[in-house]
Amino acid sequence: MRRFVLRRMAYAALSLILLSVTIFLFVRVTGDPTVLLVEPGASQADLEALRHDLGLDRSLVVQYGTFVRDLLHGDFGRSFYYRMPVLELYLSRLPNSLLLAVVAMAFSLIIGIPSGIMAAVRVGGWWDSGGKMFALLGLSMPSFWVGLLLILFFSVYLGWLHSSGSGTVLHVLMPAFALGWYFAAAHMRLTRSSMLEVLGSEYVKLARLKGLSELRVIAKHAFKNALIPVLTLAGINLVLMVNVAIVVETVFAWPGIGRLLAEGIAFRDFPIVQATVLLAGAMIVVVNLVVDVLYAVIDPRIRYER
Amino acid sequence: MTDRPLLELDKLSAHYVTSRGTRTVRAVDEVSLTLRAGETLGVVGESGSGKTTLALTILRLLPPAARIVSGAMRFDGEDLLAKSPAEMRKIRGKRIAMILQDPMASLNPLFTVGDQVAEGVRVHEHASRKSAWERAGGLLKAVKIPAASQRLGEYPHQMSGGMRQRIVGAIAISCEPQLLIADEPTTSLDVTIQAQYLKLLRDIQRERGLALIFITHNLGIVARMCDSVAVMYAGRVIESGPVRRIFNAPAHPYTQALIESIPRLGGGLERLTAIDGQPPDLATLPRGCSFQVRCPRVIDRCREEEPPAFDVGADHTARCWVAKP
Amino acid sequence: MSVSPAPSPSPVASAPVAWRLPRVNLEGLPTVPIAILALLIFLAVFAEFVAPHNPEIGTLSQRFRPPAWLAGGSSEHLLGTDHIGRDVLSRLIFGARVSMIVGFMAVIFAGVVGTGLGILSGYLGGWVDQVIMRITDAWLALPALTFAIFLAAIVGPSEFNIVIILGIVYWTRYARVIRGEVLSLKERDFVRLAVVAGCSKWTIMRRHLLPNVLNSAIVLATLMLGVVIVTEAALSFLGVGVPPPKPAWGLMLADGKKGLMAGYWWLTVLPGLCIVMMVLAANLLGDWLRVKLDPQLRQL
Repeated sequence: MRRFVLRRMAYAALSLILLSVTIFLFVRVTGDPTVLLVEPGASQADLEALRHDLGLDRSLVVQYGTFVRDLLHGDFGRSFYYRMPVLELYLSRLPNSLLLAVVAMAFSLIIGIPSGIMAAVRVGGWWDSGGKMFALLGLSMPSFWVGLLLILFFSVYLGWLHSSGSGTVLHVLMPAFALGWYFAAAHMRLTRSSMLEVLGSEYVKLARLKGLSELRVIAKHAFKNALIPVLTLAGINLVLMVNVAIVVETVFAWPGIGRLLAEGIAFRDFPIVQATVLLAGAMIVVVNLVVDVLYAVIDPRIRYER
Repeated sequence: MTDRPLLELDKLSAHYVTSRGTRTVRAVDEVSLTLRAGETLGVVGESGSGKTTLALTILRLLPPAARIVSGAMRFDGEDLLAKSPAEMRKIRGKRIAMILQDPMASLNPLFTVGDQVAEGVRVHEHASRKSAWERAGGLLKAVKIPAASQRLGEYPHQMSGGMRQRIVGAIAISCEPQLLIADEPTTSLDVTIQAQYLKLLRDIQRERGLALIFITHNLGIVARMCDSVAVMYAGRVIESGPVRRIFNAPAHPYTQALIESIPRLGGGLERLTAIDGQPPDLATLPRGCSFQVRCPRVIDRCREEEPPAFDVGADHTARCWVAKP
Repeated sequence: MSVSPAPSPSPVASAPVAWRLPRVNLEGLPTVPIAILALLIFLAVFAEFVAPHNPEIGTLSQRFRPPAWLAGGSSEHLLGTDHIGRDVLSRLIFGARVSMIVGFMAVIFAGVVGTGLGILSGYLGGWVDQVIMRITDAWLALPALTFAIFLAAIVGPSEFNIVIILGIVYWTRYARVIRGEVLSLKERDFVRLAVVAGCSKWTIMRRHLLPNVLNSAIVLATLMLGVVIVTEAALSFLGVGVPPPKPAWGLMLADGKKGLMAGYWWLTVLPGLCIVMMVLAANLLGDWLRVKLDPQLRQL
């Protein structure tokens, strides 16, 4: 157990190092990083000064050392546009992203779990075919297009909801639905397959042999077991939602991390782009680590399998 | 023992139909059996011969793709096929119980053992939580689990395979059923625990006077446990009769081969005969007898006509043209 | 038999020696998705001849014309015009070309790199495997779109760059799966026989492993096509994909947003429908291929 956790942590650390190396190298190898890291329209003297600051005259290894040292001190660079440290900017946007992600997750679970269960209980029936169609559409319709359609319908035609901005509960509904759309399909698919597996299990057979009603078999014996993998995925997806909402946040002008990244691109504010990517990767590495360790704690079999 | 049979199957057939209706699998075909209260019936056959489907047919718990297509089934004088789903639920677990093959998988990992043992009692006898829990403790004692009342609060993964199988047994007898169906209950246990478990089953059966259907592919167990035997092949009972008759004077070539294939202590190697060939595909059965391809004593008539069940002795029937009296 | 990677009980060591196209049982062929893809390919190839107008030049006096069947529409512009008066139908047709080129090229690029590295990783094992798999792990942690945006921000937008970027982002998906396949193939008799017969590692990978993982690679590529096209659309939408005035569907959606609040729905609905149709077709075809070619991948 201890060994598994330690090894898993070592892998996560390695992933983080590789991520930072990747990002560091991509910036340097593809050209002159000063052009990216200095404000557009900076003078030649500014460029020289930054070049010296970054130590571009020194070896890559030394440069990487400086890069990592700065990161570990929480120095992700300064935004040109906002004239403040990127990390501060990032943290100020994080709550909005979390709020959006939580509401989107609620949508995706409210839609995904019941429809997945119905599809599994009535496998091959009307519900199941409808669910399959929904899953396919969910995976094929880009979230930002869903967002645009929502605006068209609810803001332009019905005039019920504001098409952009934040502040009230109503503002979060459309972006959350657009973001949750794809995940609802994913959660439905997993709920269905997980439920099917549980319904075919011996303990569900035994529950039926005991003479329990079908409702009790499903609600008590199958539901809880089927939900475990779904909730695990939901945990990972919540972190993913924080980091993949770029286009949805752009469509709805929602002031989260994704919008920050989009602004970084629009204003050619590269430190923002670099920090957002680094933090997204780091967050996902960490959540994967947490989930794996939790699973190992819960289920002793995993410890030996890997 | 009364004269009226407890369970009576008359030409019972259950078929699987594939989704487009193109293939029909005769998993249970024209099975006739009788079982009296307190008796033990062994059902033997290779895997895929329809033993488990037969058990599920009796409980009317077939998978959605399978249907009971014909025949009759009476339990304690009542027509089981005429029961509504709700009435069947009152029979399952209460009057007919079943033990599944795999003790490791039969218990729900998320509920305590006590909860799972007490559940049947609560549902069928509307017992209170507390009294059902006490009953569960008593049941664990009955299946010889040490520190029973302590074990009630534990989860299945905290217990060994043998102990879990005892718990499955406790669940089966929790509502004092008249009939217990045990589907290869010992295959996943190791040999010493197997013997203990079989003894336990026999003790419980004697104490409570319940009838037992014992499904297995192990003829040695049948010889020790059962009063009568039904041999299944390709969904049919090809021979049935009292255990002594079947072992001493098997009529069907398949039964004969099965009995000869039991390894005996002191017997030479030449006595170990395996049966050649594979069991047939139940969807494409040949015309005539389903055993014809593998039968050492096949005659022309076997390829033409399906043999009916002939009486070849007292309570002894066989479906074979060669054995025809 | 020999092209199927499914574990077979038969000990026959018939090695697949030559390149062979996988033989596919055509039962249940998804005709509609194939027809959609064929139509889009046709439009992409013959865009110049099919499109009624130049997709990049508009007439400002003709801006925001609705589709022909609405009041104010004309048969001149069947699907209306955009904010600078360009013909929407023509832009959609040329947009198919952009999506096709970017989609296929990126999928092939990612597929070649990923399959190659997956085979190396799985067959050679040792430190090669460690290096490739640790990089794969690390890169898979980056959300694809975020990673792609980062790369696009560095190298700047162009059609060619997008292909390279999507290739860099998506090769890891192939590498993972192909490595897994190779690990199980390695234990099969025909590979062992080839080793005993003295084939070089290179020969084994090229002649014995590559043909056997090809099915999985094709299935993955088909399923990936939809993902790649959506990512390209998102990049273009954000302004770091295909540069304007090229008619990419994602770009059209970004432009369409300008007329959205005024109710010019066709600028938003039509390009989106094109994306969905293409992605849906690719996914349906991929699902079918997966079941037909590669039963092992079913749980993917």
